[in-house]
Amino acid sequence: MLAYIARRILSTIPVMLVVAFVVFSMLILSPGDPAAVIAGDQATPEDVERIRAALGLDRPFLVQFAEFLWRLVNFDLGTSIFTNLPVTHMIAQRIEPTVSLMVLTIIFSVTIAVPMGVIAAWKAGSWIDRAVMVFAVLGFSVPVFVIGYLLAYIFALELDWLPVQGYTPIARGFWPFLENLILPTIALGSVYIALIARITRATMLEVLAQDYIRTAKAKGLGTRPILFLHALKNAAVPISTVVGIGIALLIGGAVVTESVFAIPGLGRLTVDAILRRDYPVIQGVVLLFSFVYVLVNLMIDLLYTVFDPRIRY
Amino acid sequence: MIGRRAAAGLAAATFAATTLAAPAVRAQASPARTLRFAPHAPLANLDPIWGTQYVVRNAAMLVWDTLYGIDSRLEPKPQMAEAHEVSDDRLTWTIRLRSGLRFHDGDPVRGKDVVASLERWMVRDPMGQSIRALREELAAPDDRTIRLRLSAPYPRLLQALGALGAPCAFIMPERIARTDPFTQIDEVIGSGPMRFRKDEWDPGARATFERFERYEPRDEPADWIAGGKRIAFDRIEWIARPDPAATAAALQSGELDWWEQVAPDHVPVLRRNRQIGLDIADPLGNIGSLRFNHLHPPFNDVRARRAIAMVVDQADYMRAVVGDDDVLWRRVPSFFTPETPLYSDAGGEILSGPRDHDAARRLLAESGYDGQPITLLVAEDVAPLKAMGQVTHRLLRELGCVVDYVATDWGTVARRRAVRAPPAKGGWNIFHTWHAGVDCATPAGYTALRTNGDGAWFGWPNDAGIERLREAWFAAVTPAEERAAVAELNRASMAFMTWVPTGLFMAYQAWRRSVSGIVKAPLPLFWGVAKA
Repeated sequence: MLAYIARRILSTIPVMLVVAFVVFSMLILSPGDPAAVIAGDQATPEDVERIRAALGLDRPFLVQFAEFLWRLVNFDLGTSIFTNLPVTHMIAQRIEPTVSLMVLTIIFSVTIAVPMGVIAAWKAGSWIDRAVMVFAVLGFSVPVFVIGYLLAYIFALELDWLPVQGYTPIARGFWPFLENLILPTIALGSVYIALIARITRATMLEVLAQDYIRTAKAKGLGTRPILFLHALKNAAVPISTVVGIGIALLIGGAVVTESVFAIPGLGRLTVDAILRRDYPVIQGVVLLFSFVYVLVNLMIDLLYTVFDPRIRY
Repeated sequence: MIGRRAAAGLAAATFAATTLAAPAVRAQASPARTLRFAPHAPLANLDPIWGTQYVVRNAAMLVWDTLYGIDSRLEPKPQMAEAHEVSDDRLTWTIRLRSGLRFHDGDPVRGKDVVASLERWMVRDPMGQSIRALREELAAPDDRTIRLRLSAPYPRLLQALGALGAPCAFIMPERIARTDPFTQIDEVIGSGPMRFRKDEWDPGARATFERFERYEPRDEPADWIAGGKRIAFDRIEWIARPDPAATAAALQSGELDWWEQVAPDHVPVLRRNRQIGLDIADPLGNIGSLRFNHLHPPFNDVRARRAIAMVVDQADYMRAVVGDDDVLWRRVPSFFTPETPLYSDAGGEILSGPRDHDAARRLLAESGYDGQPITLLVAEDVAPLKAMGQVTHRLLRELGCVVDYVATDWGTVARRRAVRAPPAKGGWNIFHTWHAGVDCATPAGYTALRTNGDGAWFGWPNDAGIERLREAWFAAVTPAEERAAVAELNRASMAFMTWVPTGLFMAYQAWRRSVSGIVKAPLPLFWGVAKA
């Protein structure tokens, strides 16, 4: 097992190198110019050129890429073109809101979606099943920002129960931290709940039709042990796969959710950096997201062994 | 066995845990000594010489001070300066600093700080560049005196030193001001009324300014960036929100005190809210611009440029930009800002009266236009530019032009507009922008109006006659001479059709009624503002 984990971790290195090369190439070769954005609208072309030269953006592509790689192997993501701050510092500033939002969303979604899917499968064809499916379709169909605006309007503006937006670090108290994240979590979780609930229902339906479930029923086991101990455990492998894949969905959704609720997280940092062409920041954040995604996939693979003892690495 | 009741209970418990457990009513207002302000754009850097975006200038105005400051009559008034003298031959200016000026690190402001700051500013600012070209000596004979000796008179010196257009002549400590003008400074230390809390800065999201206790405001009442800058807050927090709907909601809920620039869509909602005040932000507004590339056909021919101007209906452009609120726009048959002392619409007839499409088509044909694609760069991520681009697209098609509509983002437009190659090889024919009304009040720092060919702004218009008229304004001594020079400059620029003004548009600012003292100005002014 340990050898497998080590191999998987080592295999992330070439993956990250490819990601680094692709991201760097796309940024450098794409149109747009940070120097022009810095100089402002009224600057002359000569001013823009001099700023570009001062930033080193006029050097050949390979020279810039080599420098970028050298910094990377020294665990240095560089300095933001615009803020003059280290990229690692900027990521550190923004990582807590995003991680908090994603973790809360995962906990919230799994807590809601798995029981929903299980109950829908158990009551297949009933009104509960149809209600769950209607909810799932809505969750997929209604954009996150629409749900976000609706929630903000009802719970913040009309009822005045929760703040419209912003973020309070957990160090300033758990409730202030939580109250800022409740609405974003529900908004972001809607699509995730729909995804997990649907896959849970489908998998559970398959498992509940297996012979061993019939055997368990024949032995007189109660519904709860059958559903949660026998059926759900065997349905867990595809469910956990979807939970893992859904992390990518969350990263994309976080960008929108952070904008709607004005949460200063990595999603907003990425969008702002793209609009300004702040290359080092974009590269740093994309590399971080890629690494997290690879890591989550590894964790999901390892979880398989917990859910299904037949799986060995 | 899980029953329906249990399932419903599970859902209800989860819902209650996440939402209903919140307190029934929240106390959301920020403390009276803290002002929460939403700027029009996120603050991503704070070097007002290196980065000349307006949001940087606006934040810098809190941190740094200037020798002179423009008031609401656009006249320069002493700010850090106590007084000045001009020699009889008008070549030597001697400026004396006020006593008691200090930087945020406690060091006194000295003459050599001013010299270094002006040296850096002169490299980047158009008026500064003119002064630099004339400078024979810029020195600090002592800690409170600055002497500037020129090779020729420059009557607009005080206007240049107190100008509002970015980059402003901010005074920094010498060690910081020695930074190359094309490289960003590392320290943010000024002598203005607020100090920047770099340790609390979350670039693009939040910037905090703290009162500088040792700041000594002038005795005169504040008037734009002149007079006593008295701040009633211990902290001013700039909170940037990428989404206007979120900003509007925050203002209504009391999580925000002042919104610099209200998106037009949200005006009706805010107007209905009795807790919210709403008014024009900048009375001088912005002049929309349809900018030609003078290097390539068809707009290297004045007839083609005038053909476009003949069919431009500013009402179409302005309604596309600001919507149906007619308070927010006006026609401007001029390159200069209405209701400013030098305003003239001489030669502006081409932009007034009925639009004659047939005459425009004939003139375009006379220019030799043969149906080649016209490359129109449109920054779709900036609402006014997208709106103007769409109107121009329709207008060009009505004239029978083939249009290569390049829908892209501002970052790409900013890069591509610098390309001098023909449109088919990565260049362009037209792009849109706007110019702040305060910058268009005089020819002094009006880069977009210049026609000095390769040295001109994007589009590279070339007309020596217009340049001479601009110099005539610089040489003008009396107000009457100035007005006459600007009228001739406007007439010649209209005839040459350097670019087409598409109208003057403004925006609303909004604030909680608990906040008082907000004035109309080209930038948000925090002195004189208070909160109950």
